Amino acid sequence: MKYIDEYRQQELAQGLAREIRRTVTRPWVLMEVCGGQTHSIVKYGLDHLLPKEVELVHGPGCPVCVTPLEMIDRAQAIARRPDVIFCSFGDMLRVPGSESDLLILKSRGADVRVVYSPLDCLKIARANPDKKVVFFAIGFETTAPANAMSVWQARQEGLRNFSVLVSHVLVPPAMEAILQSPDNRVQGFLGPGHVCTVVGYEEYEPIAAKYHVPIVVTGFEPLDLLQGTLMALRQLEAGKAEVENEYPRVVKREGNRVAQDLVGKVFEVCDRAWRGVGTIPQSGYRLRDAFRDYDAEHLFQVGSIKTQESPICISGLVLRGVKKPHDCPAFGKECTPQHPLGATMVSAEGACAAYYTYGRHLHMKPAAAGKAKELEVAHS
Amino acid sequence: MCLAVPGKVLEIERNPEGVRMAKANFGGIVKSVCLEYTPEVVPGDYVLVHVGFALSKVDEEEAARTYEILREMNQLAELEEGETEAAAAAPAKGGAS
Repeated sequence: MKYIDEYRQQELAQGLAREIRRTVTRPWVLMEVCGGQTHSIVKYGLDHLLPKEVELVHGPGCPVCVTPLEMIDRAQAIARRPDVIFCSFGDMLRVPGSESDLLILKSRGADVRVVYSPLDCLKIARANPDKKVVFFAIGFETTAPANAMSVWQARQEGLRNFSVLVSHVLVPPAMEAILQSPDNRVQGFLGPGHVCTVVGYEEYEPIAAKYHVPIVVTGFEPLDLLQGTLMALRQLEAGKAEVENEYPRVVKREGNRVAQDLVGKVFEVCDRAWRGVGTIPQSGYRLRDAFRDYDAEHLFQVGSIKTQESPICISGLVLRGVKKPHDCPAFGKECTPQHPLGATMVSAEGACAAYYTYGRHLHMKPAAAGKAKELEVAHS
Repeated sequence: MCLAVPGKVLEIERNPEGVRMAKANFGGIVKSVCLEYTPEVVPGDYVLVHVGFALSKVDEEEAARTYEILREMNQLAELEEGETEAAAAAPAKGGAS
Protein backbone atom coordinates (compact mmCIF):
# COMPACT_ATOMS: atom_id res chain seq x y z
CA MET A 1 0.00 0.00 0.00
CA LYS A 2 1.19 3.49 -0.86
CA TYR A 3 2.63 5.43 2.12
CA ILE A 4 3.02 2.18 4.07
CA ASP A 5 5.29 -0.15 2.08
CA GLU A 6 7.96 2.53 1.47
CA TYR A 7 8.40 2.91 5.21
CA ARG A 8 9.00 -0.80 5.85
CA GLN A 9 12.10 -1.40 3.75
CA GLN A 10 14.68 -3.46 5.52
CA GLU A 11 17.66 -1.99 3.68
CA LEU A 12 16.76 1.52 4.75
CA ALA A 13 16.09 0.32 8.31
CA GLN A 14 19.62 -1.08 8.44
CA GLY A 15 20.95 2.24 7.14
CA LEU A 16 19.16 4.11 9.91
CA ALA A 17 20.37 1.64 12.53
CA ARG A 18 23.97 2.20 11.29
CA GLU A 19 23.51 5.96 11.53
CA ILE A 20 22.13 5.60 15.07
CA ARG A 21 25.20 3.51 16.06
CA ARG A 22 27.49 6.23 14.69
CA THR A 23 25.60 8.97 16.56
CA VAL A 24 25.45 7.49 20.06
CA THR A 25 28.35 8.01 22.47
CA ARG A 26 26.68 7.24 25.82
CA PRO A 27 23.53 5.70 27.36
CA TRP A 28 20.14 7.28 26.72
CA VAL A 29 16.56 6.36 27.66
CA LEU A 30 13.79 7.26 25.19
CA MET A 31 10.07 6.73 25.61
CA GLU A 32 7.65 6.18 22.75
CA VAL A 33 4.39 7.63 23.96
CA CYS A 34 1.83 5.79 21.89
CA GLY A 35 0.78 2.15 22.25
CA GLY A 36 0.64 1.79 18.46
CA GLN A 37 4.33 2.72 18.34
CA THR A 38 5.12 0.22 21.12
CA HIS A 39 3.36 -2.45 19.09
CA SER A 40 5.39 -1.66 15.93
CA ILE A 41 8.68 -1.53 17.85
CA VAL A 42 8.14 -4.93 19.44
CA LYS A 43 6.61 -6.51 16.31
CA TYR A 44 9.54 -5.54 14.09
CA GLY A 45 12.16 -5.93 16.84
CA LEU A 46 13.34 -2.36 16.24
CA ASP A 47 14.71 -2.09 19.79
CA HIS A 48 17.09 -4.94 18.94
CA LEU A 49 18.49 -3.02 15.98
CA LEU A 50 19.62 -0.26 18.36
CA PRO A 51 23.01 -0.15 20.11
CA LYS A 52 23.03 -1.27 23.74
CA GLU A 53 23.38 2.33 24.93
CA VAL A 54 19.87 3.17 23.70
CA GLU A 55 16.95 1.93 25.78
CA LEU A 56 13.35 2.35 24.63
CA VAL A 57 10.76 2.39 27.41
CA HIS A 58 7.09 2.18 26.66
CA GLY A 59 4.66 4.94 27.46
CA PRO A 60 1.09 5.24 28.72
CA GLY A 61 -0.39 5.86 25.27
CA CYS A 62 -2.98 3.09 25.10
CA PRO A 63 -6.44 4.44 25.93
CA VAL A 64 -7.87 0.93 26.26
CA CYS A 65 -5.22 0.11 28.87
CA VAL A 66 -5.65 3.26 30.95
CA THR A 67 -9.48 3.25 31.01
CA PRO A 68 -10.20 2.79 34.74
CA LEU A 69 -11.71 -0.46 35.97
CA GLU A 70 -14.54 1.57 37.48
CA MET A 71 -15.47 2.87 34.00
CA ILE A 72 -15.36 -0.67 32.52
CA ASP A 73 -17.73 -1.83 35.27
CA ARG A 74 -20.00 1.16 34.60
CA ALA A 75 -20.05 0.30 30.86
CA GLN A 76 -21.07 -3.26 31.70
CA ALA A 77 -23.80 -2.12 34.09
CA ILE A 78 -25.29 -0.03 31.27
CA ALA A 79 -24.82 -2.78 28.65
CA ARG A 80 -26.76 -5.24 30.85
CA ARG A 81 -29.94 -3.16 30.64
CA PRO A 82 -32.55 -4.73 28.32
CA ASP A 83 -33.47 -1.35 26.80
CA VAL A 84 -29.86 -0.61 25.75
CA ILE A 85 -27.82 -1.34 22.62
CA PHE A 86 -24.24 -0.89 23.77
CA CYS A 87 -21.72 0.03 21.04
CA SER A 88 -17.95 -0.07 21.37
CA PHE A 89 -14.72 -0.23 19.40
CA GLY A 90 -13.65 -3.86 19.16
CA ASP A 91 -10.62 -3.55 21.40
CA MET A 92 -12.74 -2.74 24.48
CA LEU A 93 -14.82 -5.94 24.29
CA ARG A 94 -12.36 -8.26 25.97
CA VAL A 95 -11.15 -5.86 28.63
CA PRO A 96 -12.11 -7.50 31.92
CA GLY A 97 -13.98 -5.53 34.53
CA SER A 98 -14.24 -6.66 38.13
CA GLU A 99 -16.45 -9.63 37.21
CA SER A 100 -16.95 -9.94 33.47
CA ASP A 101 -16.26 -8.41 30.05
CA LEU A 102 -18.51 -7.04 27.31
CA LEU A 103 -18.04 -10.11 25.12
CA ILE A 104 -19.25 -12.40 27.90
CA LEU A 105 -22.27 -10.13 28.46
CA LYS A 106 -23.00 -10.37 24.73
CA SER A 107 -22.86 -14.16 24.86
CA ARG A 108 -25.39 -14.00 27.72
CA GLY A 109 -27.84 -12.00 25.62
CA ALA A 110 -26.88 -8.35 26.10
CA ASP A 111 -27.10 -6.34 22.87
CA VAL A 112 -23.42 -5.37 22.54
CA ARG A 113 -22.22 -4.31 19.08
CA VAL A 114 -18.80 -3.56 17.65
CA VAL A 115 -18.61 -0.42 15.54
CA TYR A 116 -15.89 0.69 13.14
CA SER A 117 -16.83 4.36 13.43
CA PRO A 118 -18.88 6.35 15.98
CA LEU A 119 -21.12 7.43 13.09
CA ASP A 120 -22.24 3.78 12.81
CA CYS A 121 -23.93 4.22 16.21
CA LEU A 122 -26.15 6.95 14.78
CA LYS A 123 -27.34 4.54 12.07
CA ILE A 124 -28.15 2.00 14.76
CA ALA A 125 -30.02 4.65 16.79
CA ARG A 126 -32.08 5.73 13.76
CA ALA A 127 -32.97 2.11 13.00
CA ASN A 128 -33.92 1.31 16.63
CA PRO A 129 -36.03 4.22 17.92
CA ASP A 130 -37.41 2.09 20.81
CA LYS A 131 -33.91 1.37 22.16
CA LYS A 132 -31.28 3.51 23.88
CA VAL A 133 -28.02 3.39 21.96
CA VAL A 134 -24.94 4.02 24.09
CA PHE A 135 -21.43 4.41 22.65
CA PHE A 136 -18.32 3.85 24.78
CA ALA A 137 -16.39 6.98 23.76
CA ILE A 138 -12.80 6.30 24.73
CA GLY A 139 -9.54 7.42 23.19
CA PHE A 140 -6.86 10.07 22.99
CA GLU A 141 -6.94 13.35 21.05
CA THR A 142 -6.83 11.26 17.83
CA THR A 143 -10.28 9.78 18.44
CA ALA A 144 -11.91 12.86 19.99
CA PRO A 145 -12.93 14.46 16.64
CA ALA A 146 -14.82 11.32 15.58
CA ASN A 147 -16.50 10.92 18.96
CA ALA A 148 -17.35 14.63 19.13
CA MET A 149 -18.92 14.47 15.66
CA SER A 150 -21.24 11.63 16.69
CA VAL A 151 -22.68 13.77 19.54
CA TRP A 152 -22.79 16.92 17.42
CA GLN A 153 -24.55 15.16 14.56
CA ALA A 154 -27.05 13.47 16.94
CA ARG A 155 -28.04 16.88 18.27
CA GLN A 156 -28.27 18.34 14.74
CA GLU A 157 -30.67 15.55 13.81
CA GLY A 158 -32.61 15.70 17.07
CA LEU A 159 -31.74 12.06 17.71
CA ARG A 160 -32.71 11.52 21.37
CA ASN A 161 -31.99 7.81 21.85
CA PHE A 162 -28.20 8.17 21.53
CA SER A 163 -25.67 8.90 24.28
CA VAL A 164 -21.98 8.45 24.97
CA LEU A 165 -20.10 7.09 27.98
CA VAL A 166 -17.01 9.30 27.86
CA SER A 167 -13.59 8.22 29.11
CA HIS A 168 -11.27 10.44 27.06
CA VAL A 169 -7.64 11.06 27.97
CA LEU A 170 -4.99 13.56 26.85
CA VAL A 171 -1.31 12.93 26.19
CA PRO A 172 0.61 16.04 27.38
CA PRO A 173 -0.56 15.88 31.05
CA ALA A 174 0.51 12.21 31.18
CA MET A 175 3.95 13.11 29.79
CA GLU A 176 4.29 15.78 32.47
CA ALA A 177 3.22 13.33 35.17
CA ILE A 178 6.02 10.99 34.00
CA LEU A 179 8.61 13.75 33.91
CA GLN A 180 7.64 15.02 37.39
CA SER A 181 7.86 11.58 38.97
CA PRO A 182 10.92 11.18 41.26
CA ASP A 183 11.82 7.84 39.66
CA ASN A 184 11.62 9.18 36.09
CA ARG A 185 14.25 7.75 33.69
CA VAL A 186 12.97 9.26 30.43
CA GLN A 187 15.38 11.66 28.69
CA GLY A 188 13.56 12.11 25.39
CA PHE A 189 10.25 11.26 23.72
CA LEU A 190 9.03 9.89 20.42
CA GLY A 191 5.83 11.94 20.29
CA PRO A 192 2.45 10.51 19.27
CA GLY A 193 2.11 11.16 15.52
CA HIS A 194 -1.62 10.68 15.17
CA VAL A 195 -2.50 12.66 18.31
CA CYS A 196 -0.45 15.50 16.82
CA THR A 197 -2.21 15.13 13.45
CA VAL A 198 -5.25 16.47 15.30
CA VAL A 199 -3.83 18.86 17.91
CA GLY A 200 -0.49 19.79 16.30
CA TYR A 201 2.62 20.11 18.43
CA GLU A 202 2.62 23.66 19.76
CA GLU A 203 1.54 22.45 23.21
CA TYR A 204 4.58 20.14 23.34
CA GLU A 205 7.02 23.02 22.98
CA PRO A 206 6.68 24.29 26.60
CA ILE A 207 7.12 20.70 27.87
CA ALA A 208 10.38 20.26 25.91
CA ALA A 209 11.65 23.60 27.26
CA LYS A 210 10.50 23.18 30.88
CA TYR A 211 11.89 19.66 31.40
CA HIS A 212 14.74 19.98 28.86
CA VAL A 213 13.70 16.89 26.89
CA PRO A 214 13.69 16.49 23.12
CA ILE A 215 10.28 15.51 21.71
CA VAL A 216 10.21 14.16 18.17
CA VAL A 217 6.71 13.78 16.71
CA THR A 218 6.98 10.34 15.11
CA GLY A 219 4.97 8.09 12.81
CA PHE A 220 4.16 4.41 13.22
CA GLU A 221 6.02 2.55 10.47
CA PRO A 222 9.40 0.97 11.21
CA LEU A 223 11.39 3.61 9.29
CA ASP A 224 9.45 6.42 10.96
CA LEU A 225 10.26 5.01 14.39
CA LEU A 226 13.96 4.55 13.62
CA GLN A 227 14.18 8.02 12.07
CA GLY A 228 12.40 9.55 15.11
CA THR A 229 14.83 7.70 17.39
CA LEU A 230 17.80 9.04 15.41
CA MET A 231 16.47 12.62 15.55
CA ALA A 232 15.92 12.42 19.32
CA LEU A 233 19.41 10.94 19.86
CA ARG A 234 21.07 13.63 17.73
CA GLN A 235 19.41 16.26 19.93
CA LEU A 236 20.43 14.50 23.15
CA GLU A 237 24.05 14.13 21.99
CA ALA A 238 24.09 17.85 21.07
CA GLY A 239 22.48 18.91 24.39
CA LYS A 240 19.34 20.19 22.64
CA ALA A 241 15.72 19.90 23.80
CA GLU A 242 13.40 20.89 20.98
CA VAL A 243 10.20 19.67 19.38
CA GLU A 244 10.89 18.23 15.92
CA ASN A 245 8.54 16.65 13.41
CA GLU A 246 9.56 13.35 11.84
CA TYR A 247 6.09 12.88 10.36
CA PRO A 248 5.46 15.99 8.21
CA ARG A 249 3.57 14.03 5.57
CA VAL A 250 0.53 14.12 7.88
CA VAL A 251 1.40 16.32 10.90
CA LYS A 252 1.44 20.12 10.73
CA ARG A 253 2.53 22.33 13.63
CA GLU A 254 -0.97 23.73 14.09
CA GLY A 255 -2.70 20.34 13.63
CA ASN A 256 -6.21 20.14 12.21
CA ARG A 257 -7.99 23.37 13.20
CA VAL A 258 -11.40 22.26 11.88
CA ALA A 259 -11.30 19.16 14.09
CA GLN A 260 -10.00 21.09 17.13
CA ASP A 261 -12.87 23.55 16.74
CA LEU A 262 -15.61 20.91 16.94
CA VAL A 263 -13.87 19.01 19.75
CA GLY A 264 -13.79 22.29 21.73
CA LYS A 265 -17.50 22.84 21.18
CA VAL A 266 -18.49 19.37 22.42
CA PHE A 267 -15.86 18.53 25.08
CA GLU A 268 -14.17 20.36 27.95
CA VAL A 269 -11.00 19.43 29.81
CA CYS A 270 -11.41 17.67 33.19
CA ASP A 271 -9.44 15.59 35.70
CA ARG A 272 -9.29 11.90 34.74
CA ALA A 273 -8.25 8.72 36.52
CA TRP A 274 -5.76 6.60 34.53
CA ARG A 275 -5.71 2.88 35.23
CA GLY A 276 -2.35 1.94 36.73
CA VAL A 277 -1.36 5.58 37.23
CA GLY A 278 -4.08 7.32 39.25
CA THR A 279 -5.81 10.66 38.78
CA ILE A 280 -3.96 13.20 36.65
CA PRO A 281 -5.31 16.78 36.82
CA GLN A 282 -6.73 18.24 33.60
CA SER A 283 -5.87 15.05 31.69
CA GLY A 284 -9.13 14.20 29.92
CA TYR A 285 -12.30 15.35 28.24
CA ARG A 286 -15.91 15.25 29.37
CA LEU A 287 -19.01 16.50 27.56
CA ARG A 288 -19.85 20.16 28.00
CA ASP A 289 -23.03 20.92 29.97
CA ALA A 290 -24.82 21.85 26.74
CA PHE A 291 -24.60 18.15 25.76
CA ARG A 292 -25.74 16.71 29.11
CA ASP A 293 -28.69 14.99 27.42
CA TYR A 294 -26.15 12.89 25.51
CA ASP A 295 -24.09 11.93 28.57
CA ALA A 296 -24.66 8.27 29.45
CA GLU A 297 -23.01 8.72 32.85
CA HIS A 298 -25.73 11.26 33.67
CA LEU A 299 -28.61 9.38 32.00
CA PHE A 300 -27.91 5.95 33.52
CA GLN A 301 -27.40 6.05 37.28
CA VAL A 302 -25.72 2.72 38.02
CA GLY A 303 -24.91 3.27 41.69
CA SER A 304 -21.51 3.23 43.34
CA ILE A 305 -18.94 0.84 41.94
CA LYS A 306 -16.22 -0.74 44.08
CA THR A 307 -13.20 -2.18 42.31
CA GLN A 308 -9.94 -3.79 43.31
CA GLU A 309 -6.78 -4.09 41.22
CA SER A 310 -4.36 -7.01 41.48
CA PRO A 311 -1.81 -6.44 44.27
CA ILE A 312 1.09 -8.04 42.31
CA CYS A 313 0.63 -6.16 39.03
CA ILE A 314 3.31 -3.50 38.29
CA SER A 315 1.55 -1.93 35.29
CA GLY A 316 1.75 1.55 36.83
CA LEU A 317 5.55 1.32 36.78
CA VAL A 318 5.53 -0.08 33.22
CA LEU A 319 3.26 2.74 32.02
CA ARG A 320 5.69 5.30 33.42
CA GLY A 321 8.73 3.63 31.87
CA VAL A 322 10.24 2.72 35.23
CA LYS A 323 9.98 -1.06 34.68
CA LYS A 324 9.81 -3.40 31.67
CA PRO A 325 7.13 -6.11 31.33
CA HIS A 326 9.57 -8.94 32.10
CA ASP A 327 10.54 -7.25 35.39
CA CYS A 328 7.15 -8.42 36.70
CA PRO A 329 7.07 -11.84 38.43
CA ALA A 330 3.54 -12.48 37.08
CA PHE A 331 4.39 -11.66 33.41
CA GLY A 332 3.57 -14.61 31.14
CA LYS A 333 2.67 -16.74 34.20
CA GLU A 334 -0.41 -15.62 36.18
CA CYS A 335 -0.78 -12.67 33.78
CA THR A 336 -1.39 -13.32 30.06
CA PRO A 337 -3.59 -11.64 27.40
CA GLN A 338 -6.22 -14.34 28.16
CA HIS A 339 -6.10 -13.58 31.90
CA PRO A 340 -4.73 -10.06 32.29
CA LEU A 341 -4.05 -8.77 35.79
CA GLY A 342 -3.58 -5.14 34.85
CA ALA A 343 -3.68 -2.24 32.43
CA THR A 344 -0.68 -3.07 30.22
CA MET A 345 -1.87 -6.62 29.44
CA VAL A 346 -5.53 -5.86 28.65
CA SER A 347 -5.08 -4.49 25.11
CA ALA A 348 -2.90 -5.60 22.19
CA GLU A 349 -1.21 -2.20 22.36
CA GLY A 350 -0.26 -2.48 26.02
CA ALA A 351 3.46 -3.01 26.53
CA CYS A 352 2.98 -6.32 28.39
CA ALA A 353 0.58 -7.69 25.75
CA ALA A 354 2.94 -6.67 22.93
CA TYR A 355 5.90 -8.37 24.66
CA TYR A 356 3.80 -11.48 25.20
CA THR A 357 2.37 -11.61 21.66
CA TYR A 358 5.82 -11.42 20.07
CA GLY A 359 7.30 -14.06 22.33
CA ARG A 360 9.43 -11.88 24.60
CA HIS A 361 8.46 -14.04 27.56
CA LEU A 362 10.08 -16.99 25.80
CA HIS A 363 13.26 -15.30 24.51
CA MET A 364 14.21 -12.23 26.47
CA LYS A 365 16.94 -11.26 24.00
CA PRO A 366 16.33 -12.67 20.52
CA ALA A 367 19.14 -12.08 18.04
CA ALA A 368 18.88 -8.85 16.11
CA ALA A 369 19.52 -10.76 12.90
CA GLY A 370 16.43 -12.87 13.39
CA LYS A 371 14.31 -9.81 13.97
CA ALA A 372 15.72 -8.05 10.90
CA LYS A 373 14.54 -11.02 8.90
CA GLU A 374 11.05 -10.51 10.30
CA LEU A 375 11.15 -6.96 8.98
CA GLU A 376 11.94 -8.31 5.54
CA VAL A 377 9.04 -10.77 5.71
CA ALA A 378 6.67 -8.03 6.82
CA HIS A 379 7.75 -5.93 3.87
CA SER A 380 7.37 -8.65 1.23
CA MET B 1 -6.11 2.53 19.36
CA CYS B 2 -4.66 5.52 17.51
CA LEU B 3 -4.22 3.37 14.42
CA ALA B 4 -4.71 5.44 11.28
CA VAL B 5 -4.27 4.27 7.71
CA PRO B 6 -3.70 6.17 4.44
CA GLY B 7 -6.38 5.64 1.80
CA LYS B 8 -7.07 7.12 -1.66
CA VAL B 9 -10.27 9.16 -2.02
CA LEU B 10 -12.35 7.83 -4.93
CA GLU B 11 -15.61 9.78 -4.89
CA ILE B 12 -17.16 12.38 -2.60
CA GLU B 13 -20.82 12.73 -1.68
CA ARG B 14 -23.14 14.02 1.03
CA ASN B 15 -25.03 11.34 2.96
CA PRO B 16 -28.82 11.75 3.57
CA GLU B 17 -28.03 13.56 6.87
CA GLY B 18 -25.89 16.12 5.04
CA VAL B 19 -22.49 14.83 6.23
CA ARG B 20 -19.64 15.05 3.70
CA MET B 21 -18.50 11.49 3.06
CA ALA B 22 -16.19 9.69 0.60
CA LYS B 23 -15.47 6.25 -0.68
CA ALA B 24 -11.79 5.57 -0.07
CA ASN B 25 -9.57 2.74 -1.24
CA PHE B 26 -7.26 1.06 1.30
CA GLY B 27 -5.06 -1.31 -0.70
CA GLY B 28 -8.09 -2.79 -2.50
CA ILE B 29 -10.64 -2.49 0.31
CA VAL B 30 -13.14 0.32 -0.23
CA LYS B 31 -14.64 1.92 2.88
CA SER B 32 -16.81 4.90 3.68
CA VAL B 33 -14.93 7.83 5.23
CA CYS B 34 -16.14 11.09 6.77
CA LEU B 35 -14.49 14.18 5.22
CA GLU B 36 -15.98 16.85 7.51
CA TYR B 37 -12.53 17.60 9.00
CA THR B 38 -10.70 17.75 5.67
CA PRO B 39 -12.74 20.18 3.54
CA GLU B 40 -9.82 20.72 1.14
CA VAL B 41 -9.71 17.10 -0.04
CA VAL B 42 -10.64 16.20 -3.64
CA PRO B 43 -10.87 12.81 -5.40
CA GLY B 44 -7.40 11.37 -6.01
CA ASP B 45 -5.96 12.73 -2.75
CA TYR B 46 -4.65 10.41 -0.05
CA VAL B 47 -6.08 10.91 3.42
CA LEU B 48 -5.07 9.55 6.82
CA VAL B 49 -8.12 7.77 8.24
CA HIS B 50 -8.88 6.92 11.87
CA VAL B 51 -12.17 5.25 12.97
CA GLY B 52 -13.86 6.29 9.72
CA PHE B 53 -12.71 9.94 9.78
CA ALA B 54 -10.11 11.57 7.52
CA LEU B 55 -7.87 13.49 9.95
CA SER B 56 -5.46 14.95 7.43
CA LYS B 57 -4.55 14.96 3.78
CA VAL B 58 -1.28 13.10 3.14
CA ASP B 59 1.23 15.67 1.87
CA GLU B 60 2.84 13.98 -1.15
CA GLU B 61 5.77 16.42 -1.32
CA GLU B 62 6.65 15.90 2.34
CA ALA B 63 6.31 12.14 1.93
CA ALA B 64 8.71 12.19 -1.04
CA ARG B 65 11.15 14.42 0.85
CA THR B 66 11.25 12.19 3.96
CA TYR B 67 11.79 9.15 1.78
CA GLU B 68 14.57 10.88 -0.16
CA ILE B 69 16.36 11.83 3.09
CA LEU B 70 16.22 8.20 4.21
CA ARG B 71 17.59 6.94 0.91
CA GLU B 72 20.39 9.49 0.78
CA MET B 73 21.41 8.73 4.35
CA ASN B 74 21.49 5.03 3.55
CA GLN B 75 23.68 5.57 0.49
CA LEU B 76 25.99 7.86 2.46
CA ALA B 77 26.27 5.38 5.30
CA GLU B 78 27.08 2.58 2.85
CA LEU B 79 29.68 4.70 1.12
CA GLU B 80 31.36 5.63 4.40
CA GLU B 81 31.25 2.08 5.64
CA GLY B 82 32.83 0.97 2.34
CA GLU B 83 35.62 3.52 2.78
CA THR B 84 36.24 2.33 6.33
CA GLU B 85 36.50 -1.23 5.10
CA ALA B 86 38.85 -0.20 2.31
CA ALA B 87 41.01 1.76 4.76
CA ALA B 88 41.26 -1.31 6.95
CA ALA B 89 42.50 -3.10 3.81
CA ALA B 90 40.27 -6.08 4.35
CA PRO B 91 41.54 -8.62 1.80
CA ALA B 92 38.51 -10.86 1.66
CA LYS B 93 35.91 -8.34 0.54
CA GLY B 94 32.49 -9.91 0.51
CA GLY B 95 33.83 -13.04 2.15
CA ALA B 96 31.80 -12.69 5.28
CA SER B 97 28.43 -11.13 4.80
